[in-house]
Amino acid sequence: MAKIKSLDDLKKMKSDLQDKINIREQGENPDAHVQIKVAMATCGIASGAKEIMDYLVQESEKRSLDTVITQTGCMGYCHSEPTIEVTRPGEEPVIYGDVDTKKADEILEKHVKRGELVDGIIPVTHRTIDETK
Amino acid sequence: MVKHKMHLLVCGGTGCYASANGDLAKALNEALEISGLQDEVQVVTTGCFGFCEKGPIVKVLPDNTFYVEVQPDDAEKIIQEHVIKGRKVDKLLYTDPDKKEKIADSAHMDFYKKQIRIALRNCGVINPEDIDEYISRDGYQALGKVLGELGPQKTIDTIKDSGLRGRGGGGFPAGLKWQFAKNNESDEKYVVCNADEGDPGAFMDRSILEGDPHTVIEAMTINGYAIGANTGLVYIRAEYPLAIRRLKFAINQAREYGLLGENIMDSGFDFDIQLRYGAGAFVCGEETALIHSMEGERGEPTVKPPYPAESGFRGKPTNVNNVESYANIPVIINQGADWFAKIGNKNSTGTKVFALAGKVNNVGLIEVPMGTTLREVIFEIGGGIKDGKKFKAVQTGGPSGGCLTDKHLDTPIDFDNLVKVGSMMGSGGMIVMDEDDCMVSVAKFYLDFTVEESCGKCTPCRVGNKRLYEILDKITQGKGEPEDLDKLRNLGTVIKETSLCGLGQTAPNPVISTMENFWEEYEQHVTDKKCAAGSCKNLMQYHIIEENCVGCTACARKCPVNCISGEKKQVHKIDQDLCIKCGNCMDVCKFNAVEII
Amino acid sequence: MIKITINGKPVEVEKGTTIYQAAKKVNINIPVLCYMELEDMGVKHNPGGCRVCVVEVEGAANLMPSCVTKCWDGMVVKTSSPRVLNARKTVVELILSDHPFDCLVCAKNGTCDLQKMAQDLGIREIHYQGEQSTYREDTSPAIIREMDKCINCRRCETMCNDVQTVGALSGINRGFEAVVAPAFEQNLEHSPCTYCGQCVAVCPTGALTEVDHSNHVLRALADPKKKVVVQTAPAVRAALGEEFGMEAGSLVTGKMVSALRELGFDYVFDTDFAADLTIMEEGTELLNRLNKHLSGDKEVKLPILTSCCPGWVSFFEHHFPEMTDIPSTARSPQQMFGSIAKNYFAETIATEREDLVVVSIMPCVAKKYERSREEFSVNGDSDVNYSITTRELAHLIKQSNMDFHSLEDKNFDSPLGESTGAGVIFGTTGGVIEAATRSAYEMHTGKHLDKVDFEELRGMEGIREASVDFDGQEIKIGIAHGLGNARKLLEDIKAGKSDFHAIEIMACPGGCIGGGGQPLHHGNSEILKKRQKAIYQEDAGKKIRKSHENPFIQNLYKDYLGEPGGEKSHELLHTKYFDRKKRWIKK
Repeated sequence: MAKIKSLDDLKKMKSDLQDKINIREQGENPDAHVQIKVAMATCGIASGAKEIMDYLVQESEKRSLDTVITQTGCMGYCHSEPTIEVTRPGEEPVIYGDVDTKKADEILEKHVKRGELVDGIIPVTHRTIDETK
Repeated sequence: MVKHKMHLLVCGGTGCYASANGDLAKALNEALEISGLQDEVQVVTTGCFGFCEKGPIVKVLPDNTFYVEVQPDDAEKIIQEHVIKGRKVDKLLYTDPDKKEKIADSAHMDFYKKQIRIALRNCGVINPEDIDEYISRDGYQALGKVLGELGPQKTIDTIKDSGLRGRGGGGFPAGLKWQFAKNNESDEKYVVCNADEGDPGAFMDRSILEGDPHTVIEAMTINGYAIGANTGLVYIRAEYPLAIRRLKFAINQAREYGLLGENIMDSGFDFDIQLRYGAGAFVCGEETALIHSMEGERGEPTVKPPYPAESGFRGKPTNVNNVESYANIPVIINQGADWFAKIGNKNSTGTKVFALAGKVNNVGLIEVPMGTTLREVIFEIGGGIKDGKKFKAVQTGGPSGGCLTDKHLDTPIDFDNLVKVGSMMGSGGMIVMDEDDCMVSVAKFYLDFTVEESCGKCTPCRVGNKRLYEILDKITQGKGEPEDLDKLRNLGTVIKETSLCGLGQTAPNPVISTMENFWEEYEQHVTDKKCAAGSCKNLMQYHIIEENCVGCTACARKCPVNCISGEKKQVHKIDQDLCIKCGNCMDVCKFNAVEII
Repeated sequence: MIKITINGKPVEVEKGTTIYQAAKKVNINIPVLCYMELEDMGVKHNPGGCRVCVVEVEGAANLMPSCVTKCWDGMVVKTSSPRVLNARKTVVELILSDHPFDCLVCAKNGTCDLQKMAQDLGIREIHYQGEQSTYREDTSPAIIREMDKCINCRRCETMCNDVQTVGALSGINRGFEAVVAPAFEQNLEHSPCTYCGQCVAVCPTGALTEVDHSNHVLRALADPKKKVVVQTAPAVRAALGEEFGMEAGSLVTGKMVSALRELGFDYVFDTDFAADLTIMEEGTELLNRLNKHLSGDKEVKLPILTSCCPGWVSFFEHHFPEMTDIPSTARSPQQMFGSIAKNYFAETIATEREDLVVVSIMPCVAKKYERSREEFSVNGDSDVNYSITTRELAHLIKQSNMDFHSLEDKNFDSPLGESTGAGVIFGTTGGVIEAATRSAYEMHTGKHLDKVDFEELRGMEGIREASVDFDGQEIKIGIAHGLGNARKLLEDIKAGKSDFHAIEIMACPGGCIGGGGQPLHHGNSEILKKRQKAIYQEDAGKKIRKSHENPFIQNLYKDYLGEPGGEKSHELLHTKYFDRKKRWIKK
């Protein structure tokens, strides 16, 4: 990896990365796929997030689902760990709480495959930095 | 394949569920079936929207319409009007209290969201082990700006202007702290990130380090540049292995990208970060103790002044900030001091992360603007008290803070207000208690913690807190005497006034604040030997209600100490001197003949 | 200069002055407990831990510890307002609540700082009672640790680590369990402790005391079969009077001899005699090595280090075991005396070795340990049977119903009581090397030394150096007192940076006058200076002031020992050293 030498380097890198993400998220794009993030802070892992992540990876493969599954930090919903976030191309992200393998199966079958929402959604209760401007 | 055109999100949070006069989701489903729309539209129950005040809530997707105070009777109307005819149901829309207008455009409904995520902006969003994801969300741009445009003094000025106060508990203005460290000339200086999070039930810093380690690295580098330090140290608890792993991973990535190490971004500025592990002593969160611990000395505080800004790590000027403070820095630089200063209160700007815990429905990690009231946090974001119980108290500031009661619920949370009402901000623990919690026991719990965690260097903390604990213990055992209450007061005050460091100086706060706010409860324990919350075992009695007892002998047979007597088909009696309060009798009685008094 | 007001009195002080120091200037004595300052030795201990010295400072929310808080311009201080007094009394009550109430039978009864504090503050009740800390008692050959009595002032820790650099004691555990102890709460015997006794000397309570052997002494005195011989170290006579209310620096040699005789000792001798003997042996060794060195012998080890201080001997055995060939092999005066008494003197008075009991009165705690070392005994019978401190002697005198003040001045018995001025000055830092110089000069040059006072070797600085002209040959001398200072000189030697010919080292600050067995100085270094003055005064009053001129020493060599450094001398008056690091470093 070449070293970042200036703020401009950094900005260019950001926009390249952003483009890649956009391609991934654009509904019309053939490269687009469903993104699943699993909250994997210590508390999430303690409540079983790792098992859920393994399950999602395995099952996606088995069912030939076009997903990208990544780990992320704490989403803040301690009351409903493990939590995952599902984003279908071109759609708003949806967070699910209290995900066990049964729920994960339902999410894959209904939400990921067919775009049907499933019980157990956690509504987002915060604003982001951009939303405060 | 059926593609659902529309989703109806029904809040299944306890608050909404309780205020719905019946099952709202069921009513909506029935209404859909009547219209034959069950395959077109799907009803989904969700968690709490954090707007319980106006619950039950129904949100319609994809148009994001937000209906409030929806009752099952309204189900048909929503289906008929909104789903079928595409017309919003006016009476169910939220009315803007200021403008007295209905909000039809649900895009403007975000205001009910009490939280703003600044320090937690990337937590749960990015993959913490991928620096690219951090960079794609403006990561390291603040560092670039500081190195390329601002220079040290303007950076410090920006932090000063933002009004950021230390998030570790004390609330000292961060910019000022940086300025002191900058002004002290030295061949070597250090930047230290205090990640020795130790309040019971607090995990704000861990979450940030685990979810967004680069923000801390970036901020420390900015800090180093601003004050003229080339070495950063993260003092982190060894009990945080995942945070340590991710931080190390992130440090290596940053080095690879040239964002740490020599000549960062071609600016000529060198900076690197090392980790130092704490063994889990609470007192090492105090900055002088922390520094001694990093130096390999016994982790105990020394008298300030000299402050670390003057003589810190290895006797050199050192700036110590906590994780959450650092997490705010890149945003302040990127968005500007004015933007940050507009959030929150005049003297407490920005947001604060809390680990909301205890008897609330939505325990969790939350970040709210300063000035949010305790009520909003507990009853909106927190979704109210569990199991419909009554709110009793909220403890902020961890073992150093105090217990606040319902009369403080409308206090806007900020550094100064919390101190005014007898508590403190602390690092962000917030524990909610309900009617079942005994406040004397709560005070005892915190004292137990500080007694355990005192370093033992100064007398008032070492012996005084132990004695405070012993008096509280005596009271909860029903052996309290009226003069014990005076002793608690005097001793508490002396400990506060004479202890060496913040740990001792604040340790009596839980006692003093509960005495202040729940005096009757103390009196009750001491004079009536009663614990209304029913949590002090020694103060309660199991009692057989004569009218209900049929003499089945079940309780007597289950009693492990044989303290229940009575003939078959006769009323039984419990020998209070022998009773160990195990509660078996109450559990086995089928006739509700055992009560606690 | 900074202007401040204390209790309404204006004071002007320099920047950096603490409130405590400023108050002293206007005769306001703020009570302190953990604070300790030995100015001349550069020792300052103000951790701000006990919180007894808290005062009210206008504008400050909390009370502030006066021993660490520096004055600022315009500061207004109240040292005894009701708020301060309530806090101070509460703090002392808290300390007392975790302290055993056995004052009447405590070794420090009457000299305890905590006792005095409670007395001064008029504490009549302890409002806050509860659990008391209990620790296992730790008895070593010289020091007893009764940590139940520890108040966590941590003075011992400063002495042990910062001043002595021994590192045997440090704070361990936390909260209510916090205590000062050797690593892993081991016993002192399994630590690098040198028994220098400086911890004992500064302990404000009875937590650290010497092992009391005075009862053994009484028993020996009462035994009709035993002949009991006593030797008294030079520093004892310069301090014993303090235990009887006399001014520091009062010389009580004659009264001390009288008291010892009344106690029933059969022979009252003087360690100073053995000090003269030490000079003969050590001086000879110095000259031998020096001559070899001057004649170009590269094998010879220089500088030679004195070896009369047992704390110091332990120190290099523990910390510099690779350098045990540098110190002189001469035994300490206590042990030379024991050896001569048990061999030569027992023979003279036709008594079996076992029936002769040798007691030493020492300003020192480490001497108790030294006497117990195996190499100083024959068939289990130690050359010195009991060693008691100046403080223990005072107790013996007091319990024997003597009025010390009205005792007549008496002289030591002969022959082992006869000594020179050179023997006396062993009691202070710089004294041993001065005594050695007086004799070595004459032996080396063959010339008579007119002026015996080597002022350049005297003083109180921790490390001193001087050159003495041996008739054209410059002899470089180093002096260190306090083991931390000794360490510096040793590190230099180890690094090959030392050009001294001879170095005197004493473990205790001030030398034996500041020994761990002396009357407690309570941090007042003026007392040490007065004791030092008394020692030089006794030296100046002596007719003979060079060890080799002591006629009894000359006779001893003629009749019994032969030559200094000879075969007999080696057998009786020299020793060897051991590597003790392995005792506490776990492999």
